Amino acid sequence: MSSKADKQAALLAYVLRLGDNALIIAQRMIERVTNEAELEEELANANFALDYIGQARLFYSYAGKLENKGRSEDDFAFQRDSREYCNFLLLEQPNGHFGDAIVRQVLFESFYVLQLEALTRSSDERLAEIAVRAEKEVRYHLRHAAQWFVRLGDGTEFSHARVAVSLQNYWRFATEFFAADAVDETMRDSFDGPDLKVLEKQWQLDVSELVADASLSLPDTVARVDGGRAGLHSEHFGYLIAEMQHLHRSHPGVTW
Amino acid sequence: MYTQGLDQQSSEDKKKSARDSGSSEDAAALAAFQKRVEAEEKIEAKDWMPDAYRRTLVRQISQHAHSEIIGMQPEGNWLTRAPSLKRKAILLAKVQDEAGHGLYLYSAAETLGVSREQMVADLLSGKAKYSSIFNYPTLTWADIGAIGWLVDGAAIMNQVPLCRCSYGPYARAMVRVCKEESFHQRQGFEIMLELSRGSEQQKAMAQDALDRWWWPSLMMFGPSDTDSRHSAQSMAWKIKRFSNDELRQKFVDVTVPQAQFLGLRVPDDKLRWNDATEHYEFGEIDWQEFHDVLAGNGPCNRERMAKRRRAHDEGAWVREAAEAYALKQAERQAA
Repeated sequence: MSSKADKQAALLAYVLRLGDNALIIAQRMIERVTNEAELEEELANANFALDYIGQARLFYSYAGKLENKGRSEDDFAFQRDSREYCNFLLLEQPNGHFGDAIVRQVLFESFYVLQLEALTRSSDERLAEIAVRAEKEVRYHLRHAAQWFVRLGDGTEFSHARVAVSLQNYWRFATEFFAADAVDETMRDSFDGPDLKVLEKQWQLDVSELVADASLSLPDTVARVDGGRAGLHSEHFGYLIAEMQHLHRSHPGVTW
Repeated sequence: MYTQGLDQQSSEDKKKSARDSGSSEDAAALAAFQKRVEAEEKIEAKDWMPDAYRRTLVRQISQHAHSEIIGMQPEGNWLTRAPSLKRKAILLAKVQDEAGHGLYLYSAAETLGVSREQMVADLLSGKAKYSSIFNYPTLTWADIGAIGWLVDGAAIMNQVPLCRCSYGPYARAMVRVCKEESFHQRQGFEIMLELSRGSEQQKAMAQDALDRWWWPSLMMFGPSDTDSRHSAQSMAWKIKRFSNDELRQKFVDVTVPQAQFLGLRVPDDKLRWNDATEHYEFGEIDWQEFHDVLAGNGPCNRERMAKRRRAHDEGAWVREAAEAYALKQAERQAA
């Protein structure tokens, strides 16, 4: 059993990971604004990205409290370097076409909704509160993305082939969701957090069902991807945060 | 956001208007229609209306919708770089609102018998116009403040009277749009306020944005009354309630004190308060620039259209997939 300080450090790391996931997927989603195929999708994409920014702000504000060093949500978002960001690598991958965006959403949100659902039962009250709100939002996103996933998979020959490639390309990134480390174990053991083994089984079932509904086949896992939670990113990430942070960092200490 | 649609007709429209003036539209019906308009009754989608009234509204509402859609681009340009999470969220909410405005304005226009597909096709082909203001680039973060403050401010001037427009579906859409626009205007002013009370660099950024956006904002009200060809008819139909110059004057009168409050200088040497008229006098708009931008030769016209066309083209396979899937589902249910 780890010390109280260790537990608190794990909780802080975990909350930051949640914030990083939310912010980085939001950043990729807002890159898509004004590029959607339909006006209704502009609304949906912007709306969902807005939910994620809201979640990032809640997680970062809570992280600031847990850390107790006076860091604000913006300090976490704009003043950390790439190695300090601990999001899943899937979320930082550059945007491709609409099918790529949908597959990313389906794979991640099928996991995230389970993670949040488990966190609503966490013994950490604040985290559980945030999870209750976020879970509702993400469940709705996932329903929307899943509908598109099925439409694309079971649409035209072209869309079927295209989304099959997206699934093949992104599949390996999902392995990272379930690679439990010490932080995940502390969350499970000390804060009634998710058991990733249980989540993985459920995720496999949920995603398999969706893939079947979309008339697609599950890809073979060719390689495992890991590193995001240790701050080991893809090369794309440096550009993402450079763009996101440059204005904030160019004017130290001011308010906006 | 806002459209200058009132004063721009396509050559096709002009021909149709010419035909209408000699057409046999029932004089009694026209008189009854005009009487309803003058009694401030709302005209609804299924009511009889003159063809020219219908065409004017379709043109104006669809141009307004297109302006909302194209207007997402200059602001969307700063979403990834917004300097705080709060500002990022507010800007994203605003851009999302604009997509929403586009959606219900297209719906309002559809009540007049034109499909959204047709309106979108007209925008993409260049046949339909959108507000000239969105052909200017957003170069710094302060431009996001200036757009909210000035461009949405000008939009509100124009749109509040449209809430009383004689055509019911448009008037009702505008009530909702106006509520959100006033929130947009406030957030823009708030950005300008933060900048103008901030560092020297931030102040300079705010002044630079005002310098660049002031005159294009005045152009949003359209040509001067002496050159505005269709205003009289629109006024008689109670689509339009105030002339372009009246609205422009009102905007200047409201906005100049706000600039003073911010400690910013309005870039017009001729600007002065007139005690006798109780209005600000201001310099002449560069009408050549106005006409150039409308004719497609503004700084960003080509980029804005190219981006919209690209998004539309790249989305074709998605729309086709959705259609194919819907068809399959219908067949499965029938079987």
